[in-house]
Amino acid sequence: MNFLPLWRYQNQLIDGAIVTLELTVISALAGLLIGIAGAVVLKGRIVPLRFLVRFYIELFRNTPSLIQIFIVFFVLPSFGLKLPAFEAAAVALSLYFGAYSVEIIRAGLDSIPRSQVEAGQCLGLSGWQVFRHIILPPALRNAYPAVTSQFVLLLLGTSLASQVAADELFHVAGFIESRTYRSFEVYAVICAVYFAMAMSFKALFAVVGLAAFRWPRRR
Amino acid sequence: MRSFSLIDFVSLFAALRWTIALVVLALAFGAPLALGLALGRISRFAGLRWAMAACIQVIQSVPLLGLLFFFYFGMPVFLGIQVPALVAVTVAYTLYTAAFLGEIWRGGLEAVKQAQWEAGACLGLSAWQQFRHIIAPQALRLSLPPTVGFLVQLIKGTSLASILGFVELARAGQVVSAATFQPLLTYALVAAIYFALCLPLTLWSRSLEARLDGSR
Repeated sequence: MNFLPLWRYQNQLIDGAIVTLELTVISALAGLLIGIAGAVVLKGRIVPLRFLVRFYIELFRNTPSLIQIFIVFFVLPSFGLKLPAFEAAAVALSLYFGAYSVEIIRAGLDSIPRSQVEAGQCLGLSGWQVFRHIILPPALRNAYPAVTSQFVLLLLGTSLASQVAADELFHVAGFIESRTYRSFEVYAVICAVYFAMAMSFKALFAVVGLAAFRWPRRR
Repeated sequence: MRSFSLIDFVSLFAALRWTIALVVLALAFGAPLALGLALGRISRFAGLRWAMAACIQVIQSVPLLGLLFFFYFGMPVFLGIQVPALVAVTVAYTLYTAAFLGEIWRGGLEAVKQAQWEAGACLGLSAWQQFRHIIAPQALRLSLPPTVGFLVQLIKGTSLASILGFVELARAGQVVSAATFQPLLTYALVAAIYFALCLPLTLWSRSLEARLDGSR
């Protein structure tokens, strides 16, 4: 076991970690947008659209993320849509994350009892005010733990983008391995870097959660 | 180049047995370990609780792909001998399964009220009898839906073994796609097979959850 040969590749490691973070944040934001749109549709009255969203959720939650990345990268070009590796992975991961977010956000909205909304309406609040002051704060608080743990899973899942040669952290591992032939050491270090990133995010989310969701709020 | 034929169709389904074999291996070794982790997490000894929590936290904070590579290249380093790839892959999936199931089952065990243990103790049951006859049946019912849900994660997760060269469903898809130049048809078929495998489990998990909700 010899970790020394890896030392000179620290810049590549840092670059890889940055690409991993970019991929994670982009996919998470796009996925959350999909999630919000999907949840709105599921709560709405347009039946065919609702059916479509349900189909989307089941399709993406019941097939492997790896296959989804392959389909975006290898199959879409035959329809004239040729995406580079990073973009293809971002699209696939956004759709994957989106499928989970729809359910999380819908569950968050569903957790607000109907009577609270009615109470708001009785107080003469407008539709927007009911949403903004009565539904949104507790819904966010209820959805927060699920969203953040899904985010960490997404961070770890971006490693699959290496399989279409997006130059994120796991792909960098393959590069360093091919230069140093220190396979075990390389992957031990890579695992440690993912671990450090995942734990940092968990700590950050815990702190943000404590600060943002003090409840019940006293004046 | 050749066209997509019956042979390709058959080879995809033949590869499915490795997907299922990996799931069975992961569960066979991972489930007992998960039970150990879950019991350790609710133990009276703080040191044991802490150690188990740390193990789970580490495994859950590393990509499954990372675990696979770590043990694939690491087993010879730890043991000093070459081991078959299947052993390394089984170790990785076992730990992955144990960490996630362990955490799910701990949740189930903790959801059963402390007073139930005490009631058992009052009846003169030993600690094992309390667990076996009072706590476990209730915890099992509570943790069955997420356990089935995790099974779906595990089936999807076995696709990563393809990256180490295991010819399971995903790898067979890559091979057939490369041989026939029909990525659309091949990957659609592969996705459809995974979907057909996972959807019934997802629906089962959801109905179990709904039933649980109504009875409480």
